[in-house]
Amino acid sequence: MQDKPYFAIARDGLWNNNPGLVQLLGLCPLLAVSATVVNALGLGFATLLTLTASNVSVSLIRKLVREEIRIPVFVLIIASFVTAVEMAMNAYFHQLYLILGIFIPLIVTNCSILARAETFASRTDPARAAADGLAMGVGFTGVLVTLGAMRELLGQGTLLANAQMLAGQWGQHLTVHVIPDYDGFLLAMLPPGAFIGLGLLLALKNVIDDRSAQRRRAGSTAVDRTETPVEGGAAA
Amino acid sequence: MRLPRSVTEMLLAGAVLSGFALAGSALVAYVHQQTRARIAANESAATRRLLDDILPPGRHDNDMVRDTLQVTAPEMLGSEAPLTVYRARRNGKPVAAVLTVVAPDGYNGAIRLLVGIARGGELLGVRVLSEHETPGLGDRIEAGKSDWIRQFRGRSLGDPPQAQWRVRKDGGAFDQLTGATITPRAIVKAVRGSLIYFRRHRTELFRKQDTD
Repeated sequence: MQDKPYFAIARDGLWNNNPGLVQLLGLCPLLAVSATVVNALGLGFATLLTLTASNVSVSLIRKLVREEIRIPVFVLIIASFVTAVEMAMNAYFHQLYLILGIFIPLIVTNCSILARAETFASRTDPARAAADGLAMGVGFTGVLVTLGAMRELLGQGTLLANAQMLAGQWGQHLTVHVIPDYDGFLLAMLPPGAFIGLGLLLALKNVIDDRSAQRRRAGSTAVDRTETPVEGGAAA
Repeated sequence: MRLPRSVTEMLLAGAVLSGFALAGSALVAYVHQQTRARIAANESAATRRLLDDILPPGRHDNDMVRDTLQVTAPEMLGSEAPLTVYRARRNGKPVAAVLTVVAPDGYNGAIRLLVGIARGGELLGVRVLSEHETPGLGDRIEAGKSDWIRQFRGRSLGDPPQAQWRVRKDGGAFDQLTGATITPRAIVKAVRGSLIYFRRHRTELFRKQDTD
């Protein structure tokens, strides 16, 4: 863990051990806030920021904190950062803050953050902890945004609706009406749409993984039988 | 005197923990300090935008966000907690009041509304402050999503007659929304309640701030 290469950290966060698709952590916000791309981006960035900040701090203090009190200390650190992020969002992205509502303070309870602190950041140096926070955060945001795009497109025929809440005045021009005069497909916007969408994404990832494993098997002849196992589900 | 090893370890752990609690609180306090003014400005700007939508700025000359009153009337305004009334004046004379009203019986919890009523008792407009209604159905009560909420403009307690202050499905004069009856029903009821409240308390509502 101490000297895990950076490319492995990135690959794990973005794909092999993705918090949303493999660890299946933080599903509550993932499902609740993925109705539109803009909501997804907002919550994704907030989570990414908290995750990176908490990872770095946990790594910095890893030699200071005794085994017995490490979890309360991690929770304290995470809660402080989330509160700070919440106030900053209220100040700078007020409208988005109102829409995301309770899900910003609930980042505290996103278990993927505590899981990264405990299983990775507390056992490595700050630079690797930061890289891991970034990779996991981007991985989580990626799943959120993909799901958000699927649901928004199907549900109301647009992409990036209400982008002005993130990007200010000029954000209004970012909204794409992919299907003009679309009647809307309610199911996609409602909670069942989130579950179905996530299910489809999981299936898609498994198909891609299977394909690439097959290709690898076909490529490597019988000589090399040691298949590199993916480091999946470590924190599950 | 030497303390036993286990005790020193406990004390040390406690000290480390309180150190982190202190550092965390300091971070939160600092960010609060830095963002407080901006958050307050955001909130009053958001309220002002909604108020301007109900009552065009030309009709009054005071800052309504600063000319407020707290009232409590659970039966008519739908909340046990005090609600804010914004007063509009022109040359010091009352023009209209915008009441914060709660429709407690929405499809998915309470709906908070702003109800603008001219001095004469005529509705200037109704806007949704917050709601948790079904996306695509009940949430069309929002002014940005459909024109439904605009049908209240110009109505008053006598127009339609009080018995007609219901949605059409219940034999009243107001349209419901396709696929959503409970939400419009809750709002019609809340708007009627606020009109009754306004009629009974008009003079008190416009009284200058008693103590501030």
